[in-house]
Amino acid sequence: MAVSRGDIELAGLSKSYDGVHSVVHGINLKIPDGAYCCFLGPSGCGKTTILRMIAGHEDPTDGEIVIGGENVVGLAPVQRGTAMMFQSYALFPHLSVRDNIAFALRVRGLSKADRYRQTDAMIEKVRLTELADRLPAQLSGGQQQRVALARAAITEPRVLLLDEPLSALDEQLRVQMRLELQRMQRELGITFVHVTHSQLEAIALADMVVVMEAGQIKQAGPAREVYASPRDRYVAEFLGGQNVLSGKVETIEGGRLMFAQPDRKTLAAPLRGNARIGVGDRIDVAVRRDDIELLRPDAEISPQDRSALSSRVLAIEYQGSFVKVMLDAIADEEFVAYVPERVFFRDPLVIGDVVLATWAIDHARLLERT
Amino acid sequence: MSAAQQAAALAPARAKQRAISPSRGGRPWTFYLLATLFTFYVVALYGPMICIYILSFQDVRGGLVFPMKGLSLHWFVDLFTQVRTGDVKGAFDRSIKLAILVTIITVVVSFMAAMAFRRRFPGDNVVFSLMIGSLVAPGLVLGIGVGLLFNALGIDTSWYGSALGAQLSWTLPFGVLVMFAVMSRFNPAWEEAARDLGATPWQIIRLVIIPVLAPGLVAVALFGFTLSYDEFARTLQTAGPQNTLPLEIWSMTLNVTSPSLYALGTVTTIISFIIIGTALGAIVLMQKRRGARVGGH
Repeated sequence: MAVSRGDIELAGLSKSYDGVHSVVHGINLKIPDGAYCCFLGPSGCGKTTILRMIAGHEDPTDGEIVIGGENVVGLAPVQRGTAMMFQSYALFPHLSVRDNIAFALRVRGLSKADRYRQTDAMIEKVRLTELADRLPAQLSGGQQQRVALARAAITEPRVLLLDEPLSALDEQLRVQMRLELQRMQRELGITFVHVTHSQLEAIALADMVVVMEAGQIKQAGPAREVYASPRDRYVAEFLGGQNVLSGKVETIEGGRLMFAQPDRKTLAAPLRGNARIGVGDRIDVAVRRDDIELLRPDAEISPQDRSALSSRVLAIEYQGSFVKVMLDAIADEEFVAYVPERVFFRDPLVIGDVVLATWAIDHARLLERT
Repeated sequence: MSAAQQAAALAPARAKQRAISPSRGGRPWTFYLLATLFTFYVVALYGPMICIYILSFQDVRGGLVFPMKGLSLHWFVDLFTQVRTGDVKGAFDRSIKLAILVTIITVVVSFMAAMAFRRRFPGDNVVFSLMIGSLVAPGLVLGIGVGLLFNALGIDTSWYGSALGAQLSWTLPFGVLVMFAVMSRFNPAWEEAARDLGATPWQIIRLVIIPVLAPGLVAVALFGFTLSYDEFARTLQTAGPQNTLPLEIWSMTLNVTSPSLYALGTVTTIISFIIIGTALGAIVLMQKRRGARVGGH
């Protein structure tokens, strides 16, 4: 495969600030040219450190960062062809919108006329023409973000690095700016690497989601794959939308295994092709919250196709298009059903009701245990 | 909730508010108490100075105490023409030059110190304590020490040498403390963003750090200038054979018994006000210029 200019490859990338504890442990990852890649993880998982290492604001302790086939470790940000959009944007407070965007051209020694010509074109692209003479303090959050984007894009980078770009905005604006980021990425046609702790943001934007925990990559892949087929309990719980059941394998036969939880009835789950699991192993099984159907306790189900857990309704949250019903099906852990709004109100449940939570056995997924 | 219900719910809250804050009719007694206190403060602060300014405008019959005798600029003329009042013009000249020198060194060094102290380094606490320590030392003692040291080293004390050093021991810690406060509002991400956009370290300082910190730098300059301009204790034993203005005024209080002493007080105050006014004006102008481009915002 030919190497394109915006390809990023991280090889054995590690970072330690004190030489003892490492924040990033030997990461290996390939991000294709022109991809929108989101690093997703809780704070302190090393995602921002990785971004800063790609940007050249932090040196890796070990490993290589290859952009467009060239190892860029030790190079200045401009030589790497990267540009970074900082968290809360870091716009220069003393410069107007135009001068902020023109900054990169100014330090390159372009004359005022030259740099303003280029800058004005960029200002138009991000639709800030009327605000070009304002100072950053006089802009709204969304406008500031557009300035930050334009300021980074004017260097014509091959990779744009975004550090929590939407965290400074309120909810409504965040959704709006998400679209704007997508539009800019399509227009610029360059690789975007975006760091966030919001799974909503990640799966909405990314072609490729990289889920991180404690300096390691837990799963990397297309948004749908990571959301619908999480590899392990951590990914399933972080992305949400899944109930995770754990238990001990009792029998394996006919492509199915039966597993039991302490004080719970035995449940079935399909066995995945390559999983090497024996009787007595502890396993995690994920079931999507929207795959769960709630029935009144007297309903009949075919135990061949469906699993069922009898439980009590703990809480109900109306979410608009669906209703979130929290159940006590598994001890000490969340078990939630997303019931379509219309279905729920055909026979509304109330808190304390006893229901049968059922799902198709084939929809249960065996998770990897780490 | 209907509008009526809302209004009903808000009514008790409003009643409560009225109980705490006074109605528009009269001010609470605490207002008069505090206003009186403030008036006393202002009178105590400016009264003595104003006495001096008034008495400096007497005519030739004027004395050192009230009542006021006549009204003229006689003592101002006397101040700059009479030899018996000493070398006022020369002292003024030296004080201004010294203050400018002190200002420049204070601004440059404080700026660099504040830049250095943004990161922790081994021994940073010791360096900081040493720097602030000279604020605690009594000025007069410190001045004598500096004088002694120069003497021991065989260097003549002078206003541009030993006095400069002694004054810097006073203005630098102040300047550094002010710069720390200014710097704490500087977002390091601005520097990083500039680097990301390809600026060299020198460009970062010139195009980002200095412009952002400019109002703070002017404040430090103002501090340095005024502290130096009326510095007495540390300068007394270190100025050498030629007096600075505060020393000149002091020696005049010992041997000049005419209102020209007061005239000098008036003149120096006016100069101080001009300098402070210029500095504050510069800060306001800087902020205005930033705002001006916005157009009526």
